[in-house]
Amino acid sequence: MLDLTFEAPKPKVIAGAKYDWELVIGMEIHAQVSSKSKLFSGASTEFGAEPNSNVAFVDAAMPGMLPVINEFCVEQAVRTGLGLKAEINLMSAFDRKNYFYPDLPQGYQISQLYHPIVGEGEVIVDMGAGIARKVRIERIHLEQDAGKSIHDMDPNMSFVDLNRTGVALMEIVSRPDIRGPEEAAAYVGKLRQILRYLGTCDGNMQNGNLRADVNVSVCRPGDYERYQETQDFSHLGTRCEIKNMNSMRFIQAAIEYEARRQIKILEEGGKVDQETRLYDPDKNETRSMRSKEEAHDYRYFPDPDLLPLEIEQAWVDDIKATLPELPDEKKARFMSAFGLTDYDASVLTADVESATYFEAVAEGRDGKTAANWVINELFGRLKKDDHDITTSPVSPAQLGGIVDLIAKGDISGKIAKDLFEIVYTEGGDPAEIVEARGMKQVTDTGAIEAAVDEVIAANPAQVEKAKANPKLAGWFVGQVMKATGGKANPKAVNDLVSAKLGL
Amino acid sequence: MSDLNKLGLAEARDALRKGDVTSVELTEACLGAIEGAGALNAFVHKTPELALEQAKAADARLKGSEEAPAMCGLPLGIKDLFCTKGVPSQAASRILEGFLPQYESTVTQNLFDAGAVMLGKLNMDEFAMGSSNETSTYGDVISPWRRGNEDTALTPGGSSGGSAAAVAADLCLAATGTDTGGSIRQPAAFTGTVGIKPTYGRCSRWGIVAFASSLDQAGPMTKSVRDAAIMLGAMAGHDPKDSTSADIPVPDFEAMLTGDIKGKKIGIPKEYRMEGMPAEIEKLWSDGAAMLRDAGAEIVDISLPHTKYALPAYYVIAPAEASSNLARYDGVRYGHRATLGAGDGITEMYEKTRAEGFGHEVQRRVMVGTYVLSAGFYDAYYNRARKVRTLIKKDFEDAFAAGVDAILTPATPSAAFGLGEMQDTDPVKMYLNDVFTVTVNLAGLPGISVPTGVDAQGLPLGLQLIGRPWEEGDLLNTAYALEAAAGFVAKPEKWW
Repeated sequence: MLDLTFEAPKPKVIAGAKYDWELVIGMEIHAQVSSKSKLFSGASTEFGAEPNSNVAFVDAAMPGMLPVINEFCVEQAVRTGLGLKAEINLMSAFDRKNYFYPDLPQGYQISQLYHPIVGEGEVIVDMGAGIARKVRIERIHLEQDAGKSIHDMDPNMSFVDLNRTGVALMEIVSRPDIRGPEEAAAYVGKLRQILRYLGTCDGNMQNGNLRADVNVSVCRPGDYERYQETQDFSHLGTRCEIKNMNSMRFIQAAIEYEARRQIKILEEGGKVDQETRLYDPDKNETRSMRSKEEAHDYRYFPDPDLLPLEIEQAWVDDIKATLPELPDEKKARFMSAFGLTDYDASVLTADVESATYFEAVAEGRDGKTAANWVINELFGRLKKDDHDITTSPVSPAQLGGIVDLIAKGDISGKIAKDLFEIVYTEGGDPAEIVEARGMKQVTDTGAIEAAVDEVIAANPAQVEKAKANPKLAGWFVGQVMKATGGKANPKAVNDLVSAKLGL
Repeated sequence: MSDLNKLGLAEARDALRKGDVTSVELTEACLGAIEGAGALNAFVHKTPELALEQAKAADARLKGSEEAPAMCGLPLGIKDLFCTKGVPSQAASRILEGFLPQYESTVTQNLFDAGAVMLGKLNMDEFAMGSSNETSTYGDVISPWRRGNEDTALTPGGSSGGSAAAVAADLCLAATGTDTGGSIRQPAAFTGTVGIKPTYGRCSRWGIVAFASSLDQAGPMTKSVRDAAIMLGAMAGHDPKDSTSADIPVPDFEAMLTGDIKGKKIGIPKEYRMEGMPAEIEKLWSDGAAMLRDAGAEIVDISLPHTKYALPAYYVIAPAEASSNLARYDGVRYGHRATLGAGDGITEMYEKTRAEGFGHEVQRRVMVGTYVLSAGFYDAYYNRARKVRTLIKKDFEDAFAAGVDAILTPATPSAAFGLGEMQDTDPVKMYLNDVFTVTVNLAGLPGISVPTGVDAQGLPLGLQLIGRPWEEGDLLNTAYALEAAAGFVAKPEKWW
């Protein structure tokens, strides 16, 4: 069985001027559903198209136009729910969230307030070997994205691009289980990893396909445990919501700043106001966007254009049957099946492509050696060239070939690195290259012996020194390796040098 | 043949198929009648070129074809609430000034596919909000009917007032209407025409400017029950573009008009006997029941106990949905946009545009709807109204479960009133016009208004029949029997 046991990490403690403080963080992640068309229209979701070119009549809220649910988006939400081990609600419903904004043509966003499609689930956030935070997911609902208002193109006019309008989003709402900035970033990273494994969101944060609203509050040590026992939020501090962040680095920095801001207010005897804030990465600070009093009254009500969404358990089961192996299970399997360390297994399961690559290399070979080569040589080299695993010039078969040559003793580790570079830049079959270029390791003890004798004969003074100080034997090994062009089997050289010097 | 515009759909269809007339002749007769009827203000946008083009195409289709489609060559008026491709579609609102849809509503497309000819767009209450056709940006529609020898301008009813007036005045053979709380049935009753609101989901709402999405339904307004059966069949059908459209086959409604209603159980709901109901409405109702009894139906007293809560529930739900549906009219993408002053921002643009673009009644309902959905009021108003709606629906289900086939009620509490008469009264008085019709929308049932008599001043009065869901065929047949027994033949005397 897979071993998925772990211990909870310690919450981050910030020392204020007077007291120690802990953080309590909950997140709402907006993940764009990977789908060719929008949630309620057939318009394309392609990124980077000409402004207002991916817009159906219903996206532009033309009179009399009606939304029709995109079944694939529903399937993606269900798949996501299953991937987060969440309950799937066979009956869900869409509500209208009403507010005016030029990039919201309908004057309302179609969302799921009262009956979300996915209920409670969880995400295990790794924080080191055997240490992880279990973050509970409260719900996932489907909703429409808004368009984009552009205010900086003209001094007098604003422009609107509706390409993104109506694109399907999954809003993934966590419980306040995250206890520090690093955990928050790791949570986003883990969620992103799972979504990418599932193929339900590409996780591209730069394009805004994964964005986070972060709720931050601070409390004194012990308060959180009181909240956990009672589920009574009054033990926790007043929270502020930092909106719309699309970088893990900014998420960490914003939380750090916001926590310190709140601590300062509290220690000075003030009161934290519940409000929505924006993070400014240039100044590294959060600023008030709107207070609780200014909060919109969204006048949610069930969307009368859409019937309740009913799905069948059999359909959910079919989707479940097609779920891929997810990161936690894959990592545990890599550790047990290939004997990898927690760290190496984490690195190799960071994304599906790396994991698949590694498995192809490790298949029928020593897992640890394969892991070393993939992580240290291949990843390092790819990074240097700004490549990723999907564009690797070295195939798993080629890398496997190099590992095989080492295992057979045909080449030394050092030669293997040269060979890797050749395969990387020139391509070709590793075994053929070794053969053709005479890179094969010399294991013929006769030849090695001759070279050892030669070196000993030529350096009598060194021989005397080495006899007094056996550590100097390494010098002879180096000389022999040099004389044999590095192809001599290092172990054989070592043994012979020791024997000849009588060490 | 003369006075071709006075024909109904069935007669005209038969004449077309026999080759006695052409669609072009019918269309020209209607266009001529429309030209002479400016005083009624029924047509707000005429499409004579399109009509003649469609008529010619229909004539070609009719020639040598035994199987011309149901509406082939028949000229219609289209309520301005329907989006018609390339033809102004404003829902009689200033806010949609200059709006030309790039798409055709499913219902009008269905009609065109069946060969129908569009004469133009018909006046209505702004966004279908009103019961007298006095809220239109195009001005009031004047009913072709008058009281005795008076020349007081009367309302044709609303919101499909232009449709009702046009059909009653023979400006077209029939017209489309929409009905959210009685907007087909009340004007039909006021003008001596037939109007049916089908079961919710029978006609696609795609391309019809939304008022209250959970209540809106399109239906025909015609000169006879047979015509209603023909035209409803052509309008109806499942539409994958409307999620609330039902995937239920559309039967041949006309073939179901046998006039035989022997053994049918007709319910008379006691709660519809309102305090202060005019004696002539009472009489109309009991006469109607007697006619159905004479035709072989069984008349039974029934109770629909939650009826009295229907009107308040309707005037919470409909404005709530409308407030959200009308949010899209913001001046950003189409229609009217206010001229802005220096320093005006987006909020000023919204406020000025919507203040200029929407009339008073629309503004009132948007505000009511916004209020009832607000935090703190939602449960007391909107949620409670939804619960009432469920109870009203159940009232009907219980009656049908007890074996009732149709329910007979008055269509309106009175005959048509004078334009301007209700202007200064409490708006609730105007809303009372819908008292017999809103229950049907709340329950999603089919309801039909049939003219069965005239009041002391010669104005038409109608009765309403309410049927089981999806059984419009049976309902139309009962209406057909009632129509035959009533023998209503009055027509307005031409004064325009």
